[in-house]
Amino acid sequence: MDLFADNLPAYLSGFVVTLQLTALSGAFALVWGTVLAAMRVSPVATLRGIAVTYVELLRNTPLTLVFFFLVFVAPQFGVLPPLGFWTAVIALSAYTSAFVAEAVRSGINAVPLGQAEAARAIGLTFGQTLGLVVLPQAVRSVIPPLINVLIALTKNTSVAAGFAVVELLAAGRRIALANPSEAMLALAGVGVFYLIITIPAGLLAGVLERKVAFAR
Amino acid sequence: MSSVLYDEPGPVARRRERIGSVIGAVLIIALLALAFRYADQRGLFGADRWDVLYDPPKNQSVEDVWRSMIVVGLGATLRAAVVAAPLALVLGLLLAMWRTTSIAWLRAPATAVIELFRGLPVLLMMLFGLLGFGWDAFSSVVFGLTVYNMAIIAEILRAGLASLPKGQTEAAYAIGLSRWQTLLLVQLPQAVRTMLPSLIAQLVVLLKDSSLGFIVGYPELLRAMQTNAQYFGQKYYVALFVLGAGIYLIVNISLTRLAVWLQRRGGAKTSGKVARDATLPPVGGPGGAAAGAGGTV
Repeated sequence: MDLFADNLPAYLSGFVVTLQLTALSGAFALVWGTVLAAMRVSPVATLRGIAVTYVELLRNTPLTLVFFFLVFVAPQFGVLPPLGFWTAVIALSAYTSAFVAEAVRSGINAVPLGQAEAARAIGLTFGQTLGLVVLPQAVRSVIPPLINVLIALTKNTSVAAGFAVVELLAAGRRIALANPSEAMLALAGVGVFYLIITIPAGLLAGVLERKVAFAR
Repeated sequence: MSSVLYDEPGPVARRRERIGSVIGAVLIIALLALAFRYADQRGLFGADRWDVLYDPPKNQSVEDVWRSMIVVGLGATLRAAVVAAPLALVLGLLLAMWRTTSIAWLRAPATAVIELFRGLPVLLMMLFGLLGFGWDAFSSVVFGLTVYNMAIIAEILRAGLASLPKGQTEAAYAIGLSRWQTLLLVQLPQAVRTMLPSLIAQLVVLLKDSSLGFIVGYPELLRAMQTNAQYFGQKYYVALFVLGAGIYLIVNISLTRLAVWLQRRGGAKTSGKVARDATLPPVGGPGGAAAGAGGTV
């Protein structure tokens, strides 16, 4: 247990970086993902095309490859991403937004047809139908899957450890390498911090999911 | 489908949409052209940036470069995935059966195992293998992929079992099958078929996650890209990345298409419809159920 007492500051500072990565990338991904979902259901074919291409490309690309692109390939284009933290935020939000877009789109599709029909019948435009009628209802069924996307994002922040960001996992790896005989314990400590976020969030998603299901 | 949100367009709206689409397309082409010119000015399309793919410098043969990418790189990626996938499927099946036993206190450990491994990053599991157990990179990668995906697969199968009509179990008991027979002969075959698209989507995730091997020092596709770029020179990163990313996209998109095709084929049958009941986690597009189980991403 001395291991934890001695290294608590390192764990905590890593945990804070993980939380910052999650919060910032999560916020960017939610905004950009919702825009993508709106583009995907829009009447303009070009916008649909862009959104479909983006989502398909990013969903079928490993996150590590996105990081790899920003860190090693982008400099060849003369784009020098600020190394470390903000590169990780860009990679994580670009990747996660594709999954956010898919979750929001399936939420839009879950709203009963009659709602959109009624909205159109009283003369609302596309933007009004989406903004005033469909999206507010879609949000309810979208929240549980979105929480799951954000849980996955929390776990995905660990990939940043491979690209020079000292977040929770990288901090734990340092501690494990410094104390080889207690490596198992050091990594278990990292696991506890991740579980502090992921398990309550998972339970919350489950509860909300059941609530939404009953309301229907 | 998308027309639910707006009226079937009339002649005026259709013209407007066409104009909007054309303007959008022109804008995109202009943007692409700008990006193209910018890249061209930086010499990104010069032969000296791409010849690594057809006439590599340093007296290396074309075959060597492609072999290092496809046979060695993609080969290692696929090897990790091919070893981990059956293990994850079998262990996930066992966990799902354990998780659904009728005795409550027996279920608890299975629930704990699933929640534990679902909530931890795959990379952490790989580090457990590498630093905790002191295994080599390959075993660590396979270990990480297996324990994470077995938990997700167990959840997918559990959702599949829960989606079956009660009558199936009741009928099986009524004709005198034991609990195990009911599970193995009646419930599981249907659950697996219902959940086949989600299972395949999860295998795509597994394949994608094998790229984490790059971080724990397993020489897979990303590492092959990096090694080549370091040997031939940084300027080849673009060409090698295009090849590597292309390989990933081709493999993953084919698997995703297979899942969609299976779903459409299964959709016509009753077992497919059951799963789409509104009260259950959505089995929507590829990865829908897995996303519900906290997996896909």
